[in-house]
Amino acid sequence: MNHIISIHDLDRDQIDHILSRAGAITTEYAGKEPLKGKILGLLFFEPSTRTRMSFESAMLRLGGSCMNLGGVEVSSMAKGETLADTIRVVSGYADAIVLRHPKVGAARLASEFSDIPILNGGDGAGQHPSQTLIDLYTIRQSMSLDNINIGLIGDLMYGRTTHSLAYALTHYNARIHTIAPKGLGLPDSIRDNLEEKGSKVFVHDCIEDVINELDVLYITRLQRERFPDPAKFFDISSNYRITPSLLTDVKEHLAILHPLPRVDEIDPAVDSMPYARYFTQARNGVPVRMAMLTEVMT
Amino acid sequence: MTGEEPKRTLVISTIENGTVIDHINPGEALIVLRILGITGSTRECVSVATNVTSKAHVKKDVVKIENRELKTKEVDRIALVAPDATINIIRDYRVIEKKGVIIPPVLMGVLKCPNPCCITNTNEPVMSRFEMQGKKAVCSYCDAVISSDISAHII
Repeated sequence: MNHIISIHDLDRDQIDHILSRAGAITTEYAGKEPLKGKILGLLFFEPSTRTRMSFESAMLRLGGSCMNLGGVEVSSMAKGETLADTIRVVSGYADAIVLRHPKVGAARLASEFSDIPILNGGDGAGQHPSQTLIDLYTIRQSMSLDNINIGLIGDLMYGRTTHSLAYALTHYNARIHTIAPKGLGLPDSIRDNLEEKGSKVFVHDCIEDVINELDVLYITRLQRERFPDPAKFFDISSNYRITPSLLTDVKEHLAILHPLPRVDEIDPAVDSMPYARYFTQARNGVPVRMAMLTEVMT
Repeated sequence: MTGEEPKRTLVISTIENGTVIDHINPGEALIVLRILGITGSTRECVSVATNVTSKAHVKKDVVKIENRELKTKEVDRIALVAPDATINIIRDYRVIEKKGVIIPPVLMGVLKCPNPCCITNTNEPVMSRFEMQGKKAVCSYCDAVISSDISAHII
């Protein structure tokens, strides 16, 4: 049985295989319902819009159906049931489970108690492999994944999507440029680990220093709650905002990605520029998750 | 006064049955006792020598525990803080087994994850699991890394 728990568990061949499958999924299964009669259990113990809805959409498009946990407050978790027991029970009702949970490592634990495949839909500050596969797929629509210069900007201390993407790109010899406010830079342990795996990591003070070298710019939201002083948040966040004036001399094929939701970090005027890929990235959630579901359920 | 040199005696005596943990890094015998759960309230007869000079003229600590043979899990824990230690199993005053300690590649239920948000720090029926990567221990569930003061995380 296959689980998809962490991007660390996937080697380059496995990642390429899923991305290729996502690219061909609409033609491969045109007029077919490969998951007809199968049920996907959606166990979301934290709020989610894109992940939950795109997994549901992917399952329905493959001919299958979905079963929702509902709110945590109406589940047995509210009575004190362990996640392990919940998984044991639900694995008798469904053919695969997508799990989102606030505790890091929850999906790994679930895979140890489940008789059916577990797909990690995000575990606290830990892993969110489907998001990383979507990010890679979106980049691959514009360029080869090999040897790219990628800028990671925003909260790189706590941002799980940037960590996972950086790790995945170690398979593709990426040059990683980081731009983050003081105190929210990439943790040293992760930077060391990326370099051990062969990536080159460069730290920049401001986006202007590197923007014109980049093939991909991956921006994440700065979380207001990380800044005790609201005035300081507004001051700092203005330095981490992408505007059309910043993009005057960038590479023609630059792709700007954002896992969304965004707040102020991308000027809406950028949306209509050819570099903006973030809404395409969100739409790509469906084919990539279709590929993941067929990978573990067929 | 006879003028004779005082007779040399052993720092600590031999034991009839039990375990001798030798070649512990100097000053770390007390950590080994903590790992083994030996406190002032336990009943074992224990001898501890710290900073004794070995044959190789280097300092070491030695712990002797009467009537107790260590389990594999206990030896794994000792390996984390005393990687050069040797474990001698004594029966009837004779060393019947002598072995070094090896840090296993995977430590099950030995370390407590330092990440308070890790699933292993909840009421779930799960044992902590760390993989050794060189001198670092990495949590298999949350990827938290313990790279220094590993003994502080021993359960």
